[in-house]
Amino acid sequence: MKYTPGLPPMVAPSSSSDASDEPASRAVMSVLVDNESGVLARVVGLFSGRGYNIESLTVAPVAADGGLSRINIVTSGTPAIIEQIRAQLERQVPVARVANLTTLGSHIAREMVLVKVVSTGEARTEALRIAEAFRARAVDTTASSFVFELTGASDKLDSFVELMAPLGLAEVSRTGVAALTRGPRTL
Amino acid sequence: MNATTQMTATHSRTATTLTGAEVLMRVLVDQGVEVVFGYPGGAVLPIYDALFQQDRIRHILVRHEQAAVHAAEAYARSTGRVGVVLVTSGPGATNAVTGLLDALMDSVPVVCLSGQVPVPLIGNDAFQEADTTGITRPVTKYNYLVKRPEDLAPVVNEAFEIARSGRPGPVLVDLPKNITVGPAPYAPPSGATRRSYQPQTEPDREAVARAVAAMKKAKRPLFYVGGGVINSGPQACADLTRLIHMTGFPCTETLMGLGAFPASDRQFIGMLGMHGTYEANLATHDCDVLIALGARFDDRVTGRVDAFSPHSFRIHADIDPSQINKIIHVDVPVVGDAGRTIAMMIEAWEADATRPDQAALKTWWTRIDAWRGLDCLRFTQDQAPDAVIKPQQAIRRIYELAVETGRDTFVSTEVGQHQMWAAQFFKFEKPNHWLTSGGLGTMGYGLPAAVGAQVAHPDALVIDVAGEASTLMNIQELGTIAQYRLPVKIFIINNHYMGMVRQWQELLHGSRYSESYSDALPDFVKLADSFHAKGFRATKLSELDDTIRAALEHDGAAVIDICVAEGENCFPMIPSGAAHNEMILGPEQEAQGARITDEGKMLV
Repeated sequence: MKYTPGLPPMVAPSSSSDASDEPASRAVMSVLVDNESGVLARVVGLFSGRGYNIESLTVAPVAADGGLSRINIVTSGTPAIIEQIRAQLERQVPVARVANLTTLGSHIAREMVLVKVVSTGEARTEALRIAEAFRARAVDTTASSFVFELTGASDKLDSFVELMAPLGLAEVSRTGVAALTRGPRTL
Repeated sequence: MNATTQMTATHSRTATTLTGAEVLMRVLVDQGVEVVFGYPGGAVLPIYDALFQQDRIRHILVRHEQAAVHAAEAYARSTGRVGVVLVTSGPGATNAVTGLLDALMDSVPVVCLSGQVPVPLIGNDAFQEADTTGITRPVTKYNYLVKRPEDLAPVVNEAFEIARSGRPGPVLVDLPKNITVGPAPYAPPSGATRRSYQPQTEPDREAVARAVAAMKKAKRPLFYVGGGVINSGPQACADLTRLIHMTGFPCTETLMGLGAFPASDRQFIGMLGMHGTYEANLATHDCDVLIALGARFDDRVTGRVDAFSPHSFRIHADIDPSQINKIIHVDVPVVGDAGRTIAMMIEAWEADATRPDQAALKTWWTRIDAWRGLDCLRFTQDQAPDAVIKPQQAIRRIYELAVETGRDTFVSTEVGQHQMWAAQFFKFEKPNHWLTSGGLGTMGYGLPAAVGAQVAHPDALVIDVAGEASTLMNIQELGTIAQYRLPVKIFIINNHYMGMVRQWQELLHGSRYSESYSDALPDFVKLADSFHAKGFRATKLSELDDTIRAALEHDGAAVIDICVAEGENCFPMIPSGAAHNEMILGPEQEAQGARITDEGKMLV
């Protein structure tokens, strides 16, 4: 199986005309939403309907009373497009807060990957050696396979998956990014 | 994502048990609803039964659900209240989709109540089931599926609040039949909305001060006014007039903004954009300070974006922050209600004693008056009695003869050439009297819109300026007009073509009139007759005025078939992909159309 590192975009890159010549860059958006039926469809529909990119997306309730969910979206675009994405999210009725963590200064964005490697002999030993170097944990082990669990920044996960490719990489499952700002500041 | 509904349960305070449908009636009365436009069906039978048993709310039975939404839009736009629509599940809801998007694009407050199959059947492909909230999510400001009886009253109350507040828009509430049949607790409106929905209405004083400072220094200023000012209300329009008089600046308006400032005022220089006036577009191009109020730099307005108003310092006031810097970069953004912004601008203008450069303003007006002197809306009408009527002549005479009646007049249009000519020739002195489909450009809007306006204003003169192609898209509403004896006047500017399509084919596609000829048209006079209305027809110039007068004097509904010149095009025009100072003024310059690039062609 051939595996290309990095998730393919769910939506084709925006073809809408963009006045600015500024280069596209990656942004991590965190969105606090009312935890109600259809809210995820509303957010995702906004991205596809307006031709914005989604590179990864995570969502789960975060408030103790279950009233709010946090959606973390990794997207890309020129600064003008990223600002439009923020404004379009903000105007949605069930959206309580939107923040572009990339512009808020320093932030932590981490995700988890599960990697299944099916191999024997030299390749198997090498896979285990690399997993140790990355501090990945073997969460399932058989005579011919491993499932490794690794948490960290997305580019670290990319390199891990890339290194496993010639060593019997069989299947990959990634969570997408969870992100918070550094320091005492909150969303 | 887990599917819990979020509304807090408000427990019943009434002793008697009401059905959901009865609760709905109470909530509608609480919201001040007097009229509902709708069409019954299986899933809304309990609601129709509750309607039958009360006399506070009037129901207008349309002939197609799309028309119900357009009628509610016109009701809303001509009264400033929320329009209400009631449709059944499945096809009832899907037929309403075009109307909902029309209302979203033009920021019209509408609440659409749709029936749904009972909750236990949802997802089973039940009869007349549709995923209505899924289908309508991108065409509404917000929508709901009511799954629990205790959510019904709070949801419907919140729907009204969301529809009318902030940037107004359509809100849909999907009502499963078990909710309307079964018992539900009543709750009075609390006026509160969820914490996550807090539109900013109060503008930032500092931003307004920066805007006014720029206005004071302007040498070539221009107000660019959109529908947001009309949405803000009559007071906002009165204040706008004051501000414009105070400053002495010229004012142009978008299609949706017509009527915000009196058209007869010397400081009004006409509509801007693709079919706007020469003076408005050149002023937009050459101004040094552009003050956009409640407008959104639509592509019909801007033309080529990189050539739009290239020398101006731009101020943009809008209640919707996502409109700011979306298409055109602005120097001073002001987020807030247009009316509040204008009032604050007046304060700041008066507080600062500096007077703008009067000499520069005078020079600016001299230039504008020179552009005006070109009389860009002129056309030539052969004055022989047997002459073929020019569509421009027909529309101008409808306007002038309507003014002669001295009656309060509401004008709706369909979409196309006649719509643009109506926008050019009708002079609106007041807001809320011009009803047209701007953002979505929905053919078939005008006839049901006339229904909504006449229902809201039974004693007013309501005119639909129509094209023969557009009007056939919702011609069934002649039945509604007959049933409620609505004396609307439908003027069909009949050129046997989808005129705007034909114009573009002439300009961009070598005059290959692919499918744009209106073949096999009905006899509109006989059609009127069969729908219990009176039909009129004018085929030559000598018949035009008398026919219009007779139709305006007729005390019932009238359909007037005005047979006009087939080949006439709508000018002035900014061809697609061109800048404001590259207008085509008339047929003699049409060859410029040939220069339109492929890129321009793609812009539609």
